[in-house]
Amino acid sequence: MRLRPIAAIVLRQLYLMRSSPVRVLPMIAWVAVDIVLWGFIARYLNSVTATGMNFVASLLGAVLFWDFFTRVMQGVTMAFFEDVWSRNFINVFASPMLISEYLSGLVLTGVTTSLIGLIVMLIIASAIFGLHFAALGLLLVPFLLVLFLFGIALGVLASAMVLRLGPASEWLVWPIPALLSPFVGVFYPLATLPSWMRGVGHLLPPSYVFEAMRSFVAGGGYSNRALVMGVALAALYVLLAAWLFTGVYRYAVRSGLLARYSAESVS
Amino acid sequence: MPTLALKASRLCKRYGNLAAVDDLSFQVMHGEIVGLLGPNGAGKTTTINMVLGVLQPSSGTVEIEDIDIARHRSQALAHTNFAAVYATLPGNLTVYQNLRFFGLLYNVAQLNARIEALLAEFDLERLRDTRSGVLSSGEQTRLALAKALLNAPRLLLLDEPTASLDPSAADLIRGRIRAMASHGQCGILWTSHNMYEVEETCHRVLFVSHGKILLEGDPKALPQEHGAASLEELFIRLAREPLANHRNAA
Repeated sequence: MRLRPIAAIVLRQLYLMRSSPVRVLPMIAWVAVDIVLWGFIARYLNSVTATGMNFVASLLGAVLFWDFFTRVMQGVTMAFFEDVWSRNFINVFASPMLISEYLSGLVLTGVTTSLIGLIVMLIIASAIFGLHFAALGLLLVPFLLVLFLFGIALGVLASAMVLRLGPASEWLVWPIPALLSPFVGVFYPLATLPSWMRGVGHLLPPSYVFEAMRSFVAGGGYSNRALVMGVALAALYVLLAAWLFTGVYRYAVRSGLLARYSAESVS
Repeated sequence: MPTLALKASRLCKRYGNLAAVDDLSFQVMHGEIVGLLGPNGAGKTTTINMVLGVLQPSSGTVEIEDIDIARHRSQALAHTNFAAVYATLPGNLTVYQNLRFFGLLYNVAQLNARIEALLAEFDLERLRDTRSGVLSSGEQTRLALAKALLNAPRLLLLDEPTASLDPSAADLIRGRIRAMASHGQCGILWTSHNMYEVEETCHRVLFVSHGKILLEGDPKALPQEHGAASLEELFIRLAREPLANHRNAA
């Protein structure tokens, strides 16, 4: 893999962000609104319940992590959608760039744009609601790693889906995080779920993050083994998503889908 | 002695029972401009897409400077480039940003200097910070050609590159492309429906219809050899003949 083609994909996104503040605003605005909204809900719950549970840490922390994961996924897909929207596939894929370089560029773009959202969320959560993530210590590393990797995997998977099914399938991409959220126990322990949903939850890496975070905030222990399992599952999904994207790309080249994609996106 | 820029051998592309390209073989030498002519739907763009590696042939091979594109795609495309009317550059990037983006994709050395040279060569300097989506069609064509020359290609594919240019601009572009070929380092495959342009520019033409090469030769000599008054007349006759034969057979 060479660095310059990867840099091209990232640079293109930076050019677009620089020329249009409208692209930057959603990265900041939605996460800010989410943190403010859930921050006040958590404060209110703290004031009306006598359980001694710190909702700011558990609820707001969960929202922050979930928003971060969503932003990583959307960062990857948005970079891919730029080529869909500008009907640029022939120009890009007729270049000597490797598919691995293209995917690396999408991932790096997703990571860069999601970090902007993460920083905004951390500032608001700590400045307004006194949520200090430093208290999580080294746990932050596996937490962020799992969410990064799974966000990347879903972003690449969603891109493969749009490449295979056509531009109209873009609308199937946006609800994916919402569809997953009941299974990963963002706001409640997996034990709350019926057994079949719990089974699905155990296959989804973010479940391990939210379980460990709740346990840590409640002052209990957490399982290192479960976190390792979360990281391993997320890494496996990244490899599977990259394999799937490559397979879909090869199908698109073989069937003529890639060559016709520009024309079809007009209709 | 001219060397081989492109060798297409027994190329076929089938979609179900339809053969879009049917056993097509041809070569383009360095320093040569080859015209790929034929009516709409003849298989020209399908052929170009297979050479560019964005469409996999059903059978047959494409070799660019003796490198098989199916096995070494990135290496084969490193010194290849193209401009096509249906592949406009992203309209939300400026002229400079587009050239920088594609220059990085093609891993062009000394990219800044190369971009400046191309901006000057294609009279795009005053448009460098203009979004390419708002350029006139002629300006967009010049930008597409500048992009196509970013990596100093040794194989250049041009799909109707002058279709939206005024006669004066088209003449300048043809002059530049002829000069490129005359240096002997670049082979050019050119599609056009402008027979005057083809006659003036191409060293050799391939007439394609229904995915097959019907005729090949010097565009200046071919009409006389086949009893036609002009290349355009020959084109029309060849484009209609297979259709008529097909109807008779049915």
